Amino acid sequence: MTVGPQGRRPLSFWILTAVFVLFVLFLYGPMSAIYILSFQGPTGGLTFPMRGVSLHWFGALFGQQRTGDFSGSFARSIILALIVMALTLVISLAAGLAFRQRFRGATLIFYAAIASLVMPGLFVGLGIALVCQVLGITPRWWLTGLGAHLTWTLPFGLLIMFAVFNRFDRSYEEAARDLGASDRQVLTAVILPILAPGLIAVALFGFTLSYDEVARSTLTVGARNTMPLEIYAMTNNVTSPALFALGTVTTAISFLAIAVALLTIARITRRRGTGPVRAADPAGAPS
Amino acid sequence: MRRLVPYLQVAPLATVLLLFLVIPVGMILVVSFWSYDQFDIYPDFILDNYRYIFTSPVTFSIYLKTIYYAVVTWAITLVLGFTISYYLVFHVRNLLWQIGLFLLCTVPFWTSNIIRMISWIPFLGREGIFNQALLATGLASAPLEFLLFSDFAVILAYVHLFTLFMIVPIFNAMARISPTVIEAAVDGGAKPWQVVLHVVLPLSKTGVALGSIFVVALVMGDFFVVRTMSGGQSGSVASALNNEIGLLQYPTAAAGAVVLLVIVTLMVAAILRIVDVRRELAA
Repeated sequence: MTVGPQGRRPLSFWILTAVFVLFVLFLYGPMSAIYILSFQGPTGGLTFPMRGVSLHWFGALFGQQRTGDFSGSFARSIILALIVMALTLVISLAAGLAFRQRFRGATLIFYAAIASLVMPGLFVGLGIALVCQVLGITPRWWLTGLGAHLTWTLPFGLLIMFAVFNRFDRSYEEAARDLGASDRQVLTAVILPILAPGLIAVALFGFTLSYDEVARSTLTVGARNTMPLEIYAMTNNVTSPALFALGTVTTAISFLAIAVALLTIARITRRRGTGPVRAADPAGAPS
Repeated sequence: MRRLVPYLQVAPLATVLLLFLVIPVGMILVVSFWSYDQFDIYPDFILDNYRYIFTSPVTFSIYLKTIYYAVVTWAITLVLGFTISYYLVFHVRNLLWQIGLFLLCTVPFWTSNIIRMISWIPFLGREGIFNQALLATGLASAPLEFLLFSDFAVILAYVHLFTLFMIVPIFNAMARISPTVIEAAVDGGAKPWQVVLHVVLPLSKTGVALGSIFVVALVMGDFFVVRTMSGGQSGSVASALNNEIGLLQYPTAAAGAVVLLVIVTLMVAAILRIVDVRRELAA
């Protein structure tokens, strides 16, 4: 329907292409402006024109008095995101395996996960804070903060696992079993390698969603802030390009995580493309 | 023994959801009936917190405002999300390009919402890029004041942040439409707009429904976009609750949260009544 009789693009294609390009500009334009502005000279302000070019505002991030506890919150966010990533990966995979069978309560748990996804983050935080107050527990980032983040990352992990298992061909697994593989061997030698790209996607969601989480964190991380809370606090009182420098740094981390994940997935997929050839190679030793 | 395996496998997920979602939300419900003073909250069974909400003159206007934000954002993200997905699925013919452009639309999801939100500030301010451009080209004689710290800025930020929650589910639904269905419609003499309206739209309604649930829930539960982008001049239900939490009026905030949750649940239920999402998700 999109191709005319002679294979020419219809007018609608060009209109929609223009809409798409504008949308991408809308999506990335403002972001790129703050990256550029973060490289301003020491006298720079919050908007264009640029006043000089320097790394001054990145240096200012490490000056304690200016931006609060930047290094500490940065380290906490990274560590928390890594823990959340690992737990999201393991818990989602296990749950994904469970949902391949019938078990009692499956529907209930599925709906709880969906509710967790749709639940306003502020309420998750409020609820956890109330439980803490009643039980006399002090909220801490590695305890309540971790739990709050998992309520956000696990539903994504579970949905990705559903999508991945939907396309999973169980005959590979059955073939392995017929050849005498144990449960553990089936998991590590058949299921995990086949699911690898999906698992990397789960890890990416786990890391980045935790690393950037705000609403669920406000009441659950306790006295020591994570990075996004530090940024949120800065938006209210810092009116210098240091804010943008922080934005550039934190976005660079996110982009790094995305790039690593996507490149790894691409590599696995590409290697798969040549997989059967290699398997047929008589000299092919398992590598 | 083997029958126990799925229970063991799902136990960690169930435990996390129980400890950090079900019990906390249950606690919100319980505490909404408690009393409090400036020092602490006390177990009780009073309806004062709810009475306060339903008699406060602010409640109605703040809900009206929040629903206004939700509806306008929903309408814009729906049209945008549908158009972008339609373009990617039906106009981009090369699969590699399709995946690449789809990723281009989704990458911001994995970056900080706060940073994406504040990145509008250099654009919209009195001396921002838009106003400078307007003045330079003579399109305006004085800087436009309504750009930043206004309803306009709030909705712009919502659209900027949440459109991809529409794109992803609609894209998925559209990608599953068989080309033969569309060929049949074209062969039957349907004009392009008729194909979109009578074939593509009905077949992608699951995606539309899922995206709508996301966007409505996100806007209704937001407190930080509305606070920052309205410059504190406007409020939503959640930002009012956030203020009450800041004042440690937990029982009032809890009651407000219960009311908001009931309303969001009703909205989601209404969407699910129109479209049976579960059937499609299971497929």
